[in-house]
Amino acid sequence: MEHKRLTLFAGHYGSGKTNIAVNYALALAGEGKKVCIADLDIVNPYFRTADSRAELTAAGIDLISPQYANTNVDLPALPAESYRLVQDKSAFGIMDIGGDDRGAYALGRFKPYILEENNYRMAFVANCYRPLTRTPEDALEIMGEIEAACGIKFTCIVNNSNLCDETTPDTLLASLEFIRKLSQLSGLPVWMHTATQAVAAELPELDEPVMAMKLQEKYFDLPTQKSGNRPMWA
Amino acid sequence: MAEKVLMKGNEAIAEAAIRAGCRHYFGYPITPQTEIAAYMAKKMPKIGGVFLQAESEIASINMVYGAAATGMRVMTSSSSPGISLKTEGLSYIAGSDVPALVVNVQRGGPGLGGIQPSQSDYFQATKGGGHGDYRMIVLAPASVQEMASLTIKGFNLADKYRMTSMILADGTIGQMMEPISFEDAEIETYEKPWALTGHGNARKHNIVNSLYLQPDALERTNFERYEKYAAIEENEPMWEEYMMEDAEICVVAFGIASRVAKNAVVAARAEGIKVGLIRPITLWPFPTKALRKAADQCKRFISVELNMGQMIEDVRLATECKRPVSLCHRAGGMIPSPEQVLESIRKAQKGE
Repeated sequence: MEHKRLTLFAGHYGSGKTNIAVNYALALAGEGKKVCIADLDIVNPYFRTADSRAELTAAGIDLISPQYANTNVDLPALPAESYRLVQDKSAFGIMDIGGDDRGAYALGRFKPYILEENNYRMAFVANCYRPLTRTPEDALEIMGEIEAACGIKFTCIVNNSNLCDETTPDTLLASLEFIRKLSQLSGLPVWMHTATQAVAAELPELDEPVMAMKLQEKYFDLPTQKSGNRPMWA
Repeated sequence: MAEKVLMKGNEAIAEAAIRAGCRHYFGYPITPQTEIAAYMAKKMPKIGGVFLQAESEIASINMVYGAAATGMRVMTSSSSPGISLKTEGLSYIAGSDVPALVVNVQRGGPGLGGIQPSQSDYFQATKGGGHGDYRMIVLAPASVQEMASLTIKGFNLADKYRMTSMILADGTIGQMMEPISFEDAEIETYEKPWALTGHGNARKHNIVNSLYLQPDALERTNFERYEKYAAIEENEPMWEEYMMEDAEICVVAFGIASRVAKNAVVAARAEGIKVGLIRPITLWPFPTKALRKAADQCKRFISVELNMGQMIEDVRLATECKRPVSLCHRAGGMIPSPEQVLESIRKAQKGE
């Protein structure tokens, strides 16, 4: 897989950007590369890149994270050291960007550097099981809103279609039609599919590469609400 | 198999509200429930509905009051400090007998507190909060699926009894994602002859108001309202029982605490401890009968909460203090671990 100096993950909130950014960073580090990852999420104060701090640090990855990440301060501010990502070209840089156009505004300030260096890949992370990106047309709309907010065009799509713990290989296979249509509508290639290691191991050969992911640990282990636990409609 | 979507708890509330026929959302953003407003902002314009971000929580609850008076399905959502601001409006809505859905995705308090999950608004939700004699139907979802189903249920009950239904969730369920389905949703509709819809001189005009000039008239409305509340206490309590058949220890927990407690109950059963769980789904009306029955069977109760011990008072009342009730809790945005709950079950087993 060819790597660009900068990789930007953006998309609808809850599409899986952080898990993908963390796993991609670990994969790059695994190839012996010098890696820096920045948490640029100014929208949602939860589920952050910093949740994987121990693992990233152990892999020798440089983590740039807002000072108040994982505290009670819900402050949409980014640290000055974020610029290291675009200015220190000796490392591969990964940007985990907040959801939707609101999150992408944070990227705008780095636009001049990114476009000038022109060695980046900006991936739109899509999950067709998320309610506001159920159709390729809906996803395309969000894509356009993000591009307008940050002033940078996407270069590819990452298919992260999943149903959390209920994901099976069929869940991902059923998303292929969606992702092909989105690719066609946007004119952008599907860079890769992403799935948990368990699901990825059972997938048949696909046209594009599959990144097998180890997901961030949950805050605590919740028992899955299986179908035996009747839904409370009555 | 039902078609599933992957939703955050907050999104599930918003989508369920739209499916229940809500076309009027008034709110003001606050973490950790902002996704409800964001979802409504995206969806309402596409379906001819109203999304309005008011200038404050107080303004938004009064918009709810006004829209509810016209008989529309209407809602607002907030988190703990924002609900405190809305409380005056909740009292006026109760005094005017109009239906509304109010969502509280709780965070740690008091004061500004923090943005991590909490259940410390139990008193505020179940005991009134605002001034005057009134109740709200309080529904406590424990999963993303229930965020959706109880929102629909909440609208149904609000219309049925002409009062506020509150979804009392917490930051965890608001933020976490689970696959859910909207099949089987039962949307009830009720005639609203009291609503302010324009009379065209064809009928006497309706009045929606909470002011009474004569004290005896005000007393009468209070008595009538409490007859309604008594019927709700009789007919509407909802709860789940888990491994209660032979239980000697009863864990009581709602919402996210019940998910943690269920883990602990399973672990304790593996150690041979006869323990079960009662999960109140309606916090008002509280499932008093279920707990009273359990008090005949169980020797000890444990209330598991994300607060300093609030529901425990209702557990003691419902069991008429027949059995000791201990508290297992974290506060301030922290969540008890299954191990902490398991340890409290072990202690209860030893009679501590």
